[in-house]
Order: sequence, then C-alpha cells, then structure tokens
Amino acid sequence: MKFTSNGWMLPVWFSLFAAFMGMMVAVTSTTGCKKKSVDPFPATGAITGWDKTSETRVYAAKDLYQYIDGDAEQYISAGVVSTSTSDYKYQGKLEATVDVYTMGGADGARTIFEKGQTRDAQTVQLGDAGIAYSQSVTFRKGPALVRITAYESTPNAQAALLALAHGIEAKL
Amino acid sequence: MKSRRDFLKTAAVGAAVIGSRSNIGLAAMLDAHSSRVVIARDAALYSADGSVDEKRIADLLDRAIAAYTGRDKPIEAWKRIVPVGKVIGLKINSVGGKAIATHLALTLAICERLQQAGVKPGEIVVWEFSNSAIERAGYTIATDRNRIRCIGTDTPGYGYEEQPQACGAVNVHLSKILTRECDFVINLPVPKDHNLAGVTFSMKNPFGAVEHPNELHANGCNPSVAELNSLPAIRNKIRFTIGDALSSIYQGGPQFRPETLWHPNALIVGEDRVALDYTVWQMIEAKRAEMGLQTLAAVGRPTTFLTTAAQAKYNLGTNDPNRIQRMEI
Repeated sequence: MKFTSNGWMLPVWFSLFAAFMGMMVAVTSTTGCKKKSVDPFPATGAITGWDKTSETRVYAAKDLYQYIDGDAEQYISAGVVSTSTSDYKYQGKLEATVDVYTMGGADGARTIFEKGQTRDAQTVQLGDAGIAYSQSVTFRKGPALVRITAYESTPNAQAALLALAHGIEAKL
Repeated sequence: MKSRRDFLKTAAVGAAVIGSRSNIGLAAMLDAHSSRVVIARDAALYSADGSVDEKRIADLLDRAIAAYTGRDKPIEAWKRIVPVGKVIGLKINSVGGKAIATHLALTLAICERLQQAGVKPGEIVVWEFSNSAIERAGYTIATDRNRIRCIGTDTPGYGYEEQPQACGAVNVHLSKILTRECDFVINLPVPKDHNLAGVTFSMKNPFGAVEHPNELHANGCNPSVAELNSLPAIRNKIRFTIGDALSSIYQGGPQFRPETLWHPNALIVGEDRVALDYTVWQMIEAKRAEMGLQTLAAVGRPTTFLTTAAQAKYNLGTNDPNRIQRMEI
C-alpha cells in the first residue's frame, strides 16, 4: 500500500498517540490509580438515630445464593459483581438491613431496580432513581443498587429509612 | 369440607390402621389414595406491635397436630409422630432473614412438645445450611451435644458428605447433619413466592441440605426439586412438615419484601410433600389474585416442579385436588 506523505504521517502520529495512551493505561493500572473502592455503610451515629449493628458481610456473585437463594439468579444475569450487607437499628428499636449490590454497570442496576417495583411504589429523589414503601427504600446510583428494608412498620419508619438512604447515597 | 368432629373420627380410624404399621405413618393417608393437609389458623397470633404471641403459637401447634393425628392430647399425638429414642432434626428456613424465617417461637414450641413426648434435649437438632443464616433468622448457635443443638452445616465437625450423589444431571453433596446426625427430620418451611420455581415450601426447603443449591436452580428448579426429594436421605428422613405460614410473601420472594408480606396466620401440617406444596401454591395464587397480580404461570413462573414431583416416576405424593383432604380449622 502506498501512502502520500500526509497519509503516511497520519498513521505515525496515530500510532504514537495510541502507544502513549496504552502506556498511561498500563501505568494507572500498575500504580493502583484506579477508582477507589468505597464503603457505603454509615458508621454508628453518622446518621442521626442509626446504629450499625453488624459487621459488613460481603458475597461474591458466585456465593450470592447463600444470602438470597434463588433471587441470586436475576442479579447474576444482570451482572452483579459483589453484594455487601449490614444490619442497622434506629433509636434502639427499628431494625433494618442494608443491601448494596455492586453491578458491572449502571444498566444492571437499572434492570433490577425496574423489576422490583409494584404499583404502590412512591418515587423519591435518591441517586439516579429511587422508590420507597412504608418499610423499604430502594435506589440506584451508577452501578450500585441499594435496598434498605425495615423489619416492622412504624409511623416514622419511612422517614428514618430515607435519612439512612441519603447517608448511603452520599458515600457512593 | 368435613367438620372437625367428622374429621377426627375418620382420622382416628385412619390412625388405627396406618399407625399399626408405623408410629410415624400417622393418619396422613385415610386410604391408599388420599393425603391429608391441615391448615390451622389463628387470626390473633400477632399483637398490635407486630410481635407474635408465643402462647398462641404453642396452642395453634397443638390444635394443628391434634387435627392431623386425631388425638386431642398433644403428648400422645407427638408420640405418634416422632420415633422416641432417635435424633430428631428440625430443618428451619432462614432465607430472607428473620422477618420471613421459621419463627423461633414455633421452633421452641416444637422442641418443648418433643421433650414432653420423651425426646431428650441432646436428641434434638435445629439446623440450616449455615450459622450466619441461622443467626440472621434470630436464632442462637448452640453446639453442645447434651443439649438442644442449633447448628449450620458449616459448624466445625459437620460439613458436607465428600461422596456426591446424583441428583438428575447434577451431583450434590448432602449435609452431614442430615445424613449422619438425624434419624427423622421435621420440615419447617415458610410458604413464599419464588422467583424461579414459582413457590417455595415443603420440597424446596431441603435445598438447604445441599452444598451448592444454586446448581439446582435451572429450568424453574425442575426436575431438580423432584430429583432431590427422591434421594433416600431426604425422602426417608424428612417425613413430616409443619409449615410456618404465620407470614408469607406473595410476590418478589424468596427474599423478604415488606411490601408483599402477608399474614396467613396459619400452620400447614402434612406428610405428603407434593400435596403440601400444591396447597401452598393455591394459597399464593389466591392471594396474588386478591392483590390484582397475574398468575405465576402468566408471569413465566409456572410451578411445573409440582407436576413432575407427582409423576409415578418419583412417587413423592399427589397434586390431584381430589386426592388431597384439606382441612381448615
């Protein structure tokens, strides 16, 4: 193949640019200059009234069935990478569990988020999208899907769950 | 539907006939072609603050067992159910956390009745697949062999059988708690919607006795449910079910979904695991219809595992409503 002088020069510059970008990728990956992994779980007292009452448990995708049995399959299909969960208690009474599903991308979080809604879901401003019921709050932000579930229904449960949800969102 | 008086009369005759063969044959089969399922309800089980009344659960258990066995005295009834002198397992269900697990109050009530019937504390094992699951369900791990044990298969010293067993196309490793510790297991499942099988109850709960139950989830858990329940250790040991239908999930299960939680306030008792699952399927479909939801088949989750399990090839029980004697008390 023959190139004009300009035509020849273009591939040379293009090659140099590509090589430079490749080096940058190599450098960032070997020096750990990548997105910092976040701990989305607020510590005790970080959100008024909420105590973190358990250690954070982490499940890889292949082990997720140990936590949610057959539900795991839909998360795996949607590209779940890992799942973290922790228990909380509000004002020493209302118990809740926070599940953070880290998906491969935002599409996976959206898929699961849209699947789980029922007609009486109340839309709330959280992350990229959020819904709330009297005893649960679910939202997605980027590749993260967060579900907070309370184990009893109290008059102030939803407000308390939303406060916790905002605390988690801020850490994602 | 039969009255309780009529039912008890028939049950007593059935128990006399069947019971002569085995003290665990009970009155489940009034004749060779029908299976009994008792649904015992108490609308006042939950108090205003959402907690369960332990005394009422114990009373409900007694009523359910009396209706099933045809014996009004709980101790006599329990002596017909369990083989005294053997190790009795109680297979709880903890998936979904404590809001939708086998209620601790029910398990404790059963432990109390077992002891009153002559079973020693060291001969009772409450078990599940893992200790963390047990703790999430609100139970406390207990490993002392001289007392009632409450253990997961991952408790040191237990674990899974090294030798796999063929379960259809999958090789499974069964919990040693089932294979080596227990002589007789009372199944304590929770009725729930299941995002793969359609519903989960009696035949799905033994998935917790398998090391990697996710390998059995393909094709709506069909035929793996039937295959698993046909394994000798499960078919021959998990013989009696006391289903904890105090709470249930009619959509979005098996995880806990407060938005689809409902309280049947019932115990569901029986021996025919297919008839039990058929009964629960009908209950969940009825609740879904009441809430304006489509049938499970319409949303792509038909309970085909039930049809398979009822086939002569597996001989696990009946899904024919004409052969299920459903008694509601």
